[in-house]
Amino acid sequence: MSMLRHAARVAWKDLRIELRSREIVYTMVFFGALLVVIYSFAFPRDARAVRGSIPGMLWVAIAFTGTIGLGRAFDRERENDTMRALLLAPVPRLAVFLGKALATAALVLAVAAVCTPLLALFLSVPLFAHPVPLIVIVILGAIGIAVIGSVFAATLLKVRSRDVLLPVILYPLLVPLFVAGTSCTAALVAEIPNFDAAWYWIQFLGIYDAAFLVLSIWVFESLVIE
Amino acid sequence: MKKLAIPLFAVLAATCIAASVYLVFFVTPLEYSFNEAGKFNGSSLFFNQKIFYFHVGHAFWLFGAVFVSGASSIAYLKTRNPRWDDIASASTDVAVAFGAVVLLTGSIWAKAAWDVWWQWEPRLTMSLLLWLVLVGYVLVRRFAGPSADRIAAGMAIFGMVGVPFIYKMVGQDSHPAAGKNGVVATLGPGMRGAFWLSVAAFLCWYLALVLSRLDSTRAERQLRELREHGLDLGVLQ
Repeated sequence: MSMLRHAARVAWKDLRIELRSREIVYTMVFFGALLVVIYSFAFPRDARAVRGSIPGMLWVAIAFTGTIGLGRAFDRERENDTMRALLLAPVPRLAVFLGKALATAALVLAVAAVCTPLLALFLSVPLFAHPVPLIVIVILGAIGIAVIGSVFAATLLKVRSRDVLLPVILYPLLVPLFVAGTSCTAALVAEIPNFDAAWYWIQFLGIYDAAFLVLSIWVFESLVIE
Repeated sequence: MKKLAIPLFAVLAATCIAASVYLVFFVTPLEYSFNEAGKFNGSSLFFNQKIFYFHVGHAFWLFGAVFVSGASSIAYLKTRNPRWDDIASASTDVAVAFGAVVLLTGSIWAKAAWDVWWQWEPRLTMSLLLWLVLVGYVLVRRFAGPSADRIAAGMAIFGMVGVPFIYKMVGQDSHPAAGKNGVVATLGPGMRGAFWLSVAAFLCWYLALVLSRLDSTRAERQLRELREHGLDLGVLQ
């Protein structure tokens, strides 16, 4: 239990820094909003075409803002060389990892919470016709990105070209997550929503998240050494 | 013994590949595919099917190589013995080359069989995404600096775990089947010998490549360690 308390404390530390500076949230939200504006020019805007492309738009936005947020969240630890302090803290490293992942997931979710309504608004799609499964799949997606992303963002801290390498590493590994996310969203916004498909993809993403969470817990300690 | 291994496998690979090319083009029968009822299937591949011997031979050892690098990455993270890391790195380098061959030959075959260069079905998608992870691995190794070994090891392990998810994720399957009732297990007697010879040929080829790559990755690492050591002692600047 104390492990979870430590993890929550690490996460709360990150979120409190963020609440005071609001740097990542403001820039990520603005970036997400810009993406939505670019989408509305880049893609055909008639109702049918938008229905087909909206899942892709949503998940590309989540992927892009997710990697930017991840990079920033870990840059902060690098700038003041606090990652070492964090790893030296007398708590299990697992707690540090879980805390970082939790805080990142919260950030990604905050951005998704702004981008999704914006998409629905600007492109007039009934994204929120079935809000519960949509929210569940977005939460699962954010958790997946945060978990896998935290492992690699933490190992990339000291690497010069980390901004380029993070997506190079993450996107091939995250493809199943994006496919599950887009397929589930597509099933929900279709003219006749397909709840069986949506549920299948929610289960798929749940298992994917669980598998990679366990794997990350296993390897985090051996990957992140100072 | 060690010095002999590379030329030995290279010579073996060369003879086996030459022999299997001869067998494939002059001995094996042309393929007539039959449908489930045993009747002649109009869309037979005839001569195009010959690429099968090279495509599947490479695909076998692509997955073999990925397994080798995943397993040695785990061993590296567990033991911290850089020899394991050398093996993982060498095997992945070769896997990238084999993956490129698999994707290219597969694409040529797909054009002949399905009349498209590419189709998003499970095994193609799996090979492509696996290949992307491998290319990412090579990029990380080259550009991630001193901590490249750990990041790359993590990538290899994550990539290996991701494979079944990728497989599950893509729907229907029009690829020739694998497994107990698959194409390989039910090969005609005229084709079986040539097929297994080509698989053996590419195994020798894989081993020759990995062993020679292993030498150079090990030399690179030793040079790097030597330079770090020299820097520590103040001999080098």
